[in-house]
Order: sequence, then C-alpha cells, then structure tokens
Amino acid sequence: MASLGLYNYWLVIALMMIGFYIVITSPNLVKKIIGLNIFQASVFVLYITMGKIIGGSAPILSDQIAVYSNPLPHVLILTAIVVGVATTAVGLSLVVRIYAAYGTMEEDEIEKIEAQEEVPT
Amino acid sequence: MNGETTMLLALAIPVLTAVLIGLLGRWPNMREAVTLVGAGMLFLCVASLTPGVLAGERPELLFIEFFPGLKLSFLLEPLGMIFALVASFLWIINSIYSIGYMRGNQEQKQTRFYICFAVALASTMGIALAGNMLTLFVFYEALTLSTYPLVVHKESEAARAGGRTYLGILLTTSIAFLLLAVVWTWSATGTLDFRAGGILAGEMHGPMVGVLLALYMFGIGKAALLPFHRWLPAAMVAPTPVSALLHAVAVVKAGVFSVVKVVVYIFGLEFMQAEPSTDWLLYMAGASILIASMVALRQDNLKRRLAYSTVSQLSYVTMATAILAPLSMVGAALHIAAHAFGKITLFFAAGSIYTAAHKTKVSELNGIGWRMPWTMGAFAVGSLSMIGVPPTIGFVSKWYMLQGAFSTGQMFAVAVIFVSTLLNAAYFLPVVYAAFFRKPAVGEDSPEHGEAPWPVVLALTLTAAGTIVLFFLPALPLGLAKGLMGL
Amino acid sequence: MLAVHLPVFQVLLPLLAAPVSMLLPGSRVSWVFSTLVSWGCFALSVLLLQQVLQEGSISYAIGGWAAPWGIEYRVDTINAFVLLIVSGISSLVLTGAQASIEREVAKNRIDLLYTCWLLALAGLLGIAITGDAFNVFVFLEISALSSYALIALGSGRRALTASFRYLVVGTIGATFIVIGIGLIYMATGTLNMADMGARLPAVAESRTVIAAFAFLIVGIALKMALFPLHFWLPDAYSYAPSPVAAFLAGTATKVAVYLLLRFSFTIFGGDFAFGAMALERVLMPLALLGIFIASLVAIFQMDVKRLLAYSSIAQIGYMVLGISLVSVTGLTAGILHLFNHALIKSALFMVMACVFYRMGATRLDDFAGLGRRMPWTMAAFVAGGLSLIGIPLTVGFVSKWYLVVAVLERGWWPLAVFILFTSLLAVVYVWRVVEVAYLRPAAEGAGRCEAPLSILLPTWVLIMANFYFGIDSSLTVGVASRAAAALLGIGL
Repeated sequence: MASLGLYNYWLVIALMMIGFYIVITSPNLVKKIIGLNIFQASVFVLYITMGKIIGGSAPILSDQIAVYSNPLPHVLILTAIVVGVATTAVGLSLVVRIYAAYGTMEEDEIEKIEAQEEVPT
Repeated sequence: MNGETTMLLALAIPVLTAVLIGLLGRWPNMREAVTLVGAGMLFLCVASLTPGVLAGERPELLFIEFFPGLKLSFLLEPLGMIFALVASFLWIINSIYSIGYMRGNQEQKQTRFYICFAVALASTMGIALAGNMLTLFVFYEALTLSTYPLVVHKESEAARAGGRTYLGILLTTSIAFLLLAVVWTWSATGTLDFRAGGILAGEMHGPMVGVLLALYMFGIGKAALLPFHRWLPAAMVAPTPVSALLHAVAVVKAGVFSVVKVVVYIFGLEFMQAEPSTDWLLYMAGASILIASMVALRQDNLKRRLAYSTVSQLSYVTMATAILAPLSMVGAALHIAAHAFGKITLFFAAGSIYTAAHKTKVSELNGIGWRMPWTMGAFAVGSLSMIGVPPTIGFVSKWYMLQGAFSTGQMFAVAVIFVSTLLNAAYFLPVVYAAFFRKPAVGEDSPEHGEAPWPVVLALTLTAAGTIVLFFLPALPLGLAKGLMGL
Repeated sequence: MLAVHLPVFQVLLPLLAAPVSMLLPGSRVSWVFSTLVSWGCFALSVLLLQQVLQEGSISYAIGGWAAPWGIEYRVDTINAFVLLIVSGISSLVLTGAQASIEREVAKNRIDLLYTCWLLALAGLLGIAITGDAFNVFVFLEISALSSYALIALGSGRRALTASFRYLVVGTIGATFIVIGIGLIYMATGTLNMADMGARLPAVAESRTVIAAFAFLIVGIALKMALFPLHFWLPDAYSYAPSPVAAFLAGTATKVAVYLLLRFSFTIFGGDFAFGAMALERVLMPLALLGIFIASLVAIFQMDVKRLLAYSSIAQIGYMVLGISLVSVTGLTAGILHLFNHALIKSALFMVMACVFYRMGATRLDDFAGLGRRMPWTMAAFVAGGLSLIGIPLTVGFVSKWYLVVAVLERGWWPLAVFILFTSLLAVVYVWRVVEVAYLRPAAEGAGRCEAPLSILLPTWVLIMANFYFGIDSSLTVGVASRAAAALLGIGL
C-alpha cells in the first residue's frame, strides 16, 4: 500500500511517458510540442511533490505552525516553468516558419520533401 | 662554426630553399638556381660535419619539449652521417637532372615540384639527424606527406590511384604500427632516446619483444618489407626525378635507416641476440628479397622493374641488420650508400630513355644502347653494382654482409644472398644485353633520337662514376659504418 | 576590488551585452560590439585561469549569499580551462564571422544572430562556471534556446527542421538533467555541487540516487551527442550558418563533456560513478562504437560540413574513451582532446565558412579545383585535416599520444590498435576532400576566388594554434593533468 500512497509519483511517471510517447510517435510538429509540454509538466509535478510535506504549511513564519513544506523546489520549478514557456515559444515559432517553408507540418511529409531535394546531389 | 650550428644549418637550408623557391616561382631560371645553390650549400654543410663525426664527436641539439621528458632532439652519429651525406650529395645531382627532365618533358607546376622536393629533403635531414624515436617519427610522417604531391604530380587518374596507395600504405603502417610501437616503447621504458646498446634491455622480455619488433619493422613501411611494399611500385607514376631521388634514395633509405636505428639503438644487438622471438626478421627479410626479385623478373615496365628491385635491395639492408653481427651491420650501413648510387643511376637512365625516346618498357629497348651510349653505359654500371660485381660499391657492401653472415653461421642469409645475386643478374643483364646486342625489331616505327638533354646525361654519368669511385675509395663510408659499430 | 568579482562578470558581461547588441543600429556595429564583448570574456577567463593556477580554486557567492544556500560560482582548474576554450573559440570565430554571416543570413535577422550568439556564450560560460546544480539547468537552457535560434538562422529551409529536431532532443535532454538534479536534491537536500558531493556517499545506496544518476547520464549524453544519441547533431551542424557551426562544434558538446566530468567525479564521486555504477562499462563500448561507426559514416558523406559533423561525433567518442579509462592519464587525454578538438573543428568549420562564402554550398563536388582557386583556404583545410588525423606537430597528435599511453598503461593494447586504426578512417575522409580539391579540375573558366581576408585570418589563427599547441603542449598538458588529478581526488 505504501506505493499507492505515493500516487503523485505514479502520476509523474504516467505523464512523462505520455508526453514522451507523443513526442516520439506523433508526426505533427505542433503535437510534438504539446507532448514536450506534457513531458515537462510531469517534472513540474515531481518537483512540487518532493517539496510538499503532508500537513505542512506554506513557509510563513508563525508561532502556530510547526511543519512547513519545503519552498525551494516550488521556487525552482517556477524557473523551469519559465524555461518551458520559452521552449514552447521557440518551438512554435519554428513550426510557423517550417509551415511557411514546406507547406506542411507533418514530419513524414517534410521528410519526403527533404529526401526529394537530396536526389540531384 | 661548431657542430651544433652546422647541424641547425643543415636542417634550415632546405626549408629556406623551399621558401625561396616559392617566392621566385615566377622566374624559372632563378628558381632552379636557388635549388642548385641550396643543394650545394646543404652538401657543404653536411660534409663539413664529417671529420668531426669520424673523430668521435656527437653534436646534439635540443629543442622544445613535446611532452614532459620528451624533447625534439637531434643527435648526429655515423649512420645518420652516411645517410645525410648520400641524400644531400645526390640532391645536387638530382637537381641538375630534374632541370633537364622537367624542361625536356614540359611538365606542369614545376614550382610546386621543387618546393615539395626541398621540403622532402628537409624531412630527410630531420630523419638522418633525429636524436630520439619521436623526432624520427615526426620527420618520417613529414616525409610521407611532402612527397605525396610529388607522386600525384601528373594529376591523372593513374596518379591519383597511385597516390592513394602510396599515402594509404605509408600512413597506415606508420600510424597503426609504428606509432603504437613508439608509444609502447615509451610506456615500457620511459625514454625514446637512441642509446648505444639499446633501451629495451631489462625492460621487456619474451614473445612481446618479437611483437614489438614486428610493429617496428612493418610500421616502418618505407623499408618496404613484404607485404607492405606495394606503395613503392605505385609511386612510380611520379616523374622520374622523384622516383630517382625519393624512391631510390631519400624515402626508402629513410625506411631502412630507421630499421637499422631501431635495431641498433632501441633494441640493441645483444638484446636481440638474447631474445629468440626476434629471429623471424631474418627469414622475413630473406623471403622479401627473393620474392621481390622474382616479381621484378616479370615486370616489363622498366620503372616497375626497378621498383621491385628496390624492394628486394631494401630487404638486403634489413636482413643484414637482422644477422646481428657487427660486420653485417657495416654491410647494411654501406649498402644504404651503395644502393643509393646504383639505383639512382638506373632511374636516371630510365628517365633519360623516357625523355629522349618516350619508351617505358623493357621490351622496347632493343638496340637503344647505340643511340644512347652514355645512358645505357651508366645503366650497365648501375646494374653491375646492383648485382654486386666489382669494381662497384655494391660488391663491397655485399662482401661485408657475407662476412657477417659467415661469422655468425647464418647459412640461410648466405644462401639468400647467392640466390638473389643470380636473380639480380637475371633481371638486369637482359636489359643491358638487349640494349647493346639486339637489333630493333623490323618495321618498328621509331623516330630518330639521340641522347637526352645534357643535364640528364651529366647527372647519370656522375652517379655511375660514383659507384665506381666508391669501390676504389670506400674509406669514408667504411669509416663511418665502422664508427656505427665502434669497430 | 574588481578582481574579486571576476567570476560573476564572466557570465554577466555577455548576458547583459546580448540585449544591448540588439538595440545597436546596424548589423556591423552589433558585430563589432559582440566581438569586443567576446574578447572581453576571453580576457576574463585568462585572468581566472591565471588566478586558479596560482592560488587554487575560487569560490564566489552570488549576491553575498553564502553557499550552500546561495548560488556559488566555483572555479577550479578544469572549468577555468573550459571557460578559456569556450570564450577563446567564440572570440576567434566571431572575429571572422562578419563577412560570412552577411552572406548566409537574411539581412533583417543579422542583429538577432549576434544577440543569440552572446546569449549562447553566456549560457555556455554559465554552465562551466557555476557550482550550483540547478543553475546548470538554467544556463543549459539559455545556451540551448539561443543555439536553436542560431541554427534556425541558417540559409535554406532545412535549417528550420534541423533546429526543430535539435529543440526536441535538447529539451528532452535538459529535462532529464533537471529530473536527475531534483532526485539528488530529494536525497541530499542541497543543490550546491560541493555539498552534494559531500552528502551523496551517505545515501549512495538509495534507489533515488541511482535513478538520478541514470537520468543525468542519459541527459548529458544526449547533450554531448554521444553515440547512439547523436542523431540531432549532423543536421544541426550542417545547416547552421557556418560560423555558428564553428562556434557550436568547438564549444557546445565540449561543455556537455565537462558536465559529464563534473557530475560523475565531483558530485557522484569516482567511487560511486565508476566503482558502484560501473559507468565505464557503458561509456567505453558506446565510445568505441561511436568512434568506429561515425568515422565510417563520415567517409560516405557527400557534404563536407556533414562529414565534419560526423567526425565530431567520432571525436566525442575519443574524449569519452579517455574518461572511461578512469586514470589520471586517461582523464588527461580526455580533457586534452576537449581542448584540442575544439581547436581542430572550429578551424575546419571556419574553412567551411570560407568555402560557403564563395561557392554557396559545401558539397564535395563544389570543392573541385579549389586547391587552385582558394589556395589559402584549402591549405588551411589540409592543415586542419592533418591535425584531425593526428599527424605529429599538431594538437591531434598530442591527444592521440596521451590516449594511447593511457590505454597501454592499462595494458589494453587491442584498444590502442583500435584507436590508431580508426584514426586511419580520418585519413580517408579528410583525403577524399583533399583529392577533390587538388586533383579534380575546376569547372571551365573558374578563376581564382580566395575568401576575404577577414574570414581567412581568424581561420589561420586557429590553424596556427593547432600547430602551436601541438608543438608546445606544456600549457595544455599541464592544465589537463592537474584537472584530471583534481577530479580523481589525487593530491595536486
């Protein structure tokens, strides 16, 4: 039962695998970005979980509170969220330009076009 | 001027010559004059070192440290002296010959040709004067790379293929085997200096010594020990002056020179005698002599025949070294000089025939001796030296090798020398015979031609004379060769 | 007073300069500005290295918050060396980049390129200098995001897909790293590297730490393109603008190799990483396979930039091989090659910049007759190629020498044979290009078209550095062996 009690971690693993699976299998570049986001979100959950202490309060000093949750991972993950947003932005803008250049954002079609380009050389 | 400064000059002159040739490339006459002056000065420089070395001086130069404890160093000793003398002297003659040949055949890109030649000579000097194995390796590689442009000089498909084989085999053997051997020696002994008596004794024993020797012997691909000889025939696509000086003298002699150096100064004769795992070298070299000679018999292309003869003659040096007797070492050292003079003459003759008659095959040479008496006369002299007939220097070196072989009771070596002498005769004498005593085939269209341009004839006459002069006056090379063994 | 703050300026300078360079009018001005900033970073890294060599490690608390709570910048021999490599390569390449960038990058985006360049530089320097594990992740992403943008600026639409693929892989790699760091934090409660190193042995048995180790190693391996996680690299390097390829080839993967060293030795400790986890048994086969396969693939490339990219993957293999020997000599060889290969590859990619400048492509066929048409450029290629092969008197030889010595020290002579034989594959791929350039005639009527001096000069400076450090290796070997000894915890 102890392992069930750590359900947050199971959630992390599930999210991570779902995200990873999408990144690997989806031919659509936007969906890849979505997958990447889910993948990163799993890490956010991981960090938040590790800082949380059952019964712990927010880290505001007060006489009535004895147990605090660890704020550091939460702060760290703010940074990681910002990084994730930046990555998504760069990724999506690349997709926009790829779509403009190739007329598609399906990876298999792009690969076909690229393979044709290579023939003359 | 002391020995050290002169050594520095000997290393610097060919480099400076290369630079000057590059700067003066637009004026062919100036350029060629620079080559000749450079060659002359180099020889004077090297020659002026000789008396000191004969008297027992060993000038030494130390440069920057490559790795902790491992310096770029130069040390002049008798064997290097022989090699440096031969190479620098023949460079003069070869330059005269080159001028005649390159102009006579209207070759392209002559400036590049002369630059690479000078750089190759600089590398040769580096090898001759190297004071430790790493320095030798550095210049060994430099020699390979600087001669590559000369091999592919014609830029044809054949030249490209030849260049690939050339570079492929020489770099493969040197990087995969020689470098490994050098690093191995370094990690086993902590030094790479050339020391009398060797550096390996006491550091290694058993079958590993034989393996290390194999890495050295096959790694020195320039010594053309079978089966890593194929680069030498491949290099024959180069213009003849290249074949003559580099692939009969500088490059291949750098190979056997390194072989002798390694055996004498890295392994040491006593150590080799004590280790039975090194015996294979003698048999390998003997086999190399015989097989290459038999292949030479069947070559119709004159330069290829000469190339295979070179393969066989190089293995003479290796075998003489492997006999491990002081007298045979003297023979090996002498043979470096003897073969250089003989073979360069033969190549000069082949180039002369090509320039004057545009013929490259042995079967086309019937009766040519009467049209080109100087060339074919010199060819005959060179052949005699290869076979080892007096009065040529080839006889002297073989004599010492035989003495060494008898003194240690190596009957295998004695037999190889006798059989290969017959084989040498079998592939050289028919050429001479056909040139002088056969009539040109009837109906053969052969335009009238006489001798090659005078610089060509002058050069080959000089080297042919050299093989004879050295027979009568062998004091200098003999003195140096004996100095090598402390005799 | 300022000398105390050197470590923070090392990162702050390019970081603050990046937006400024965007605001400057005209691409030329921002080039001059960025180049100066980069040289400034180089000067700082020289000062830092000097200080470290004389006085030992430097510890700098950001904002005065003491470690292990605050972020610490910690400079010891190895990262001072990496800082020097990164800033030096960046400066030299940037100096020669202007003409080539004007030709390869769309006019309205050139300003962006310099901004991203400085950001990437800041990120790479930050990764190297920081002593805080989470900080590593932040800088990793700064450098990665800006290098995606840099690569996407390449001419041709394939740069975009190359950049996208790199983005996906890079993000996964970075996320793996951040997971690993988080797991270590769970086990130790600290983010400071030195502190982690001190606390980890006590909890080394736990599964959390082992999982952290696995995530970190895979993440870093992705970032440094260790075979078989190298697939993003060839596209990224071949479609990026040539100077960007020169910059990234010399720095990005090298910094990742540094991370591998830092995490496996300083944080997890050699005993855990190589003793308990037997990391070398994973790294060595991968390194060997990578060397062999990537070299083989390089031989069959029809595009020279791509060829060099595959060769980079092989060279990463040599570095990792050195590291996986876990001996002072082995680590020295790995660290040496980190420096040496940065010189070699940056020089060769600069040559590509020269060729691209004139020919508009770097396909093998475009090289026909270039030996005559661009003599200086091709001479630089030959010289760089010789260094890549490892001919004596070049840096490539120094690395190879140490690697072979290290392998023989272990008595693994088949491995020595392998190393030397694979360097022959380098002969083949270098010589293919040389043959085409010198022995295949150019198209009719093609005249001499040497690259402009502004690109050629820095290229040759890099080439000369290849020879200088190949002949006098006392500085590089000295620093590398000190760094190796320090990583292994053997007294200085």
